[in-house]
Amino acid sequence: MIKANDRPAAIITVEDMTAAYEGEVILDRISFQVFPGEVFIILGGSGCGKSTLLKHMIGLYKPASGRILIGDLDVVTAQGEERLRILRRIGVMYQAGALFGSMTVLENVRLPLEEFTGLPSEAMDMIARMKLSLVGLTGFEDHLPSEISGGMKKRAAIARAMALDPEIMFLDEPSAGLDPITSAELDQLILNLAGNLNMTFVVVTHELPSIYAIADRVIMLDKNVKGIVAEGRPQDLRDQSDNEWVRRFFNREAEPPRKSSDETGPEKDRSVGRTGGEWTA
Amino acid sequence: MKLSGRLDSASTPKLWRETTAVLEKQASSRVEIEAEQVEYCDGAGLGLLLDLARRQRDLGGELVVRGLKPEFRKLLDMFDPADFDPSKRKKKRPAPMPEEVGRAVLAYVEDLVSLVAFVGELLLALLQGLRHPRALRWGDLLYAAETAGVNALPIIALISFLVGLIMSFQAAVPMRQFGAEIFVANLIGLAMLRELGPLMTAIVLAGRSGAAFAAELGTMKVSEEIDAMTTMGLAPVQFLVVTRVLAAMTMTPLLTVFANLVGLVGGAIVLLSLGYPLVTYVNQVLGAVTYVDLLGGLFKSLVFGLIIAGIGCYRGLRTGSGASAVGESTTRAVVSGIVLIVLTDGLFSIAFFYLGI
Repeated sequence: MIKANDRPAAIITVEDMTAAYEGEVILDRISFQVFPGEVFIILGGSGCGKSTLLKHMIGLYKPASGRILIGDLDVVTAQGEERLRILRRIGVMYQAGALFGSMTVLENVRLPLEEFTGLPSEAMDMIARMKLSLVGLTGFEDHLPSEISGGMKKRAAIARAMALDPEIMFLDEPSAGLDPITSAELDQLILNLAGNLNMTFVVVTHELPSIYAIADRVIMLDKNVKGIVAEGRPQDLRDQSDNEWVRRFFNREAEPPRKSSDETGPEKDRSVGRTGGEWTA
Repeated sequence: MKLSGRLDSASTPKLWRETTAVLEKQASSRVEIEAEQVEYCDGAGLGLLLDLARRQRDLGGELVVRGLKPEFRKLLDMFDPADFDPSKRKKKRPAPMPEEVGRAVLAYVEDLVSLVAFVGELLLALLQGLRHPRALRWGDLLYAAETAGVNALPIIALISFLVGLIMSFQAAVPMRQFGAEIFVANLIGLAMLRELGPLMTAIVLAGRSGAAFAAELGTMKVSEEIDAMTTMGLAPVQFLVVTRVLAAMTMTPLLTVFANLVGLVGGAIVLLSLGYPLVTYVNQVLGAVTYVDLLGGLFKSLVFGLIIAGIGCYRGLRTGSGASAVGESTTRAVVSGIVLIVLTDGLFSIAFFYLGI
């Protein structure tokens, strides 16, 4: 765990960033930093802009205003060589894997090695196989993406993203749709890579067990605020956040719970009066 | 009002009309519904009660439901009639006309800018491919050449054969009146080599391969494969487009040669059936056309190949999100491909005319 006072320089800095889609502001002037070796989680309700934020951070979308730095390079303005230097530092896993459909699993993982290293062919095979065994896909090397399950595609995509041993991994909902055991294995893998290789992880996810297991720090986005409503360790947010919605989220509560057998539920402010057996509107 | 029996999707439609009619006729400030004998009430039934409540509210009155069984009552409590007030619905207002026009113009300009950028990027990537042929993805190129070229041979052959046959037949009938049937050979030779061979080939390929490229790349865009490629540091144009463009640029002229040949065969059949020997036909064609005609046509088809693959790939890369976006890209690829081909053909005609070719 990294303590606040001996933090190294940030590896990702988002500064006053505004993201808009078709003229509508989705994220309004948000700022945060990610530090090396950290497992940093972006979460929030559906449609609050988590994936959008991720795509801004990797330079696929251009923000309406603000800066995004990876190291000391600006993702937004980088061109040519500089952009390539940024891209070589990051690995990205997309929501559905985004494996290239015309290549086998092994070829998918080999591809970045082929394009960016001068390794002999056997060495590339070896490295690709190693990455695949890390994510538990030994034996599926020669399958096409269409021949493996959704969870396997995600894991193969993680292997591909790791092929060049990037400093920062961006994962878009890695454990969504995985069974609990595979999901836990994935969490372990993330912890190992973060702990042993000092890899930084930026993860978009909803899965609470996984968040508690791996997160060093989370930021929580909100659709109404169009920005960050909470930032910190998940355990702290669960117990101490002054925002009720945030506490509820971490405690997995939809609303203060009630069973259908309860005689009376909590009264919301309604325009309907009801007394006894009558329903009046 | 008194309701009884089952309130479900089978019974409510009739009830809905009847109760609202009663409600509107009476226009009373307080309507009571006796619901003790309601045995069952599902979403449709609840919808009816809520709608009645809403209507009463609009009329300035109130609605009382009495005696509804507690299990249904609990379901009813989950809703608030005020939520279903039509005025509360956030409708997307259609934008005023000037805004629509502005947006359309902006989108058009943006499309144009990105097209120019694409053309530039493509030319650079092609040059780089020519300078470092070893870095090209030859496997992909050969695959594209096979699917877009070799596999298109039967359809191209069929179309050109029929075009040659029909055109000679149609021409032979009036020319016979002047005793000039033999000049059908000249007509077919010139028309096929200079115009119809390259043009028909290009139009068939635009429908066949241009659409395929757009759909293929569009699907990759939708499934984030293009994004993945970009963040890996691979330029999609260099990686995906160059191979397809080069394949189309080599295959279109080759297919055009076949189209020319088969078209001439079609003409030969007509003339043979009119009683001319084959050697006469061949000599007549050879006397009518020159190498310049052939090469001019082939040069055109080289450019057509570039257009077909370039537009197909460009539309594919510009695909929005969702399955319908892929369909839209494919349509646009074919339509703009064909339009551009015909326009370019016109430009070539003018250029050839002034060059004296």
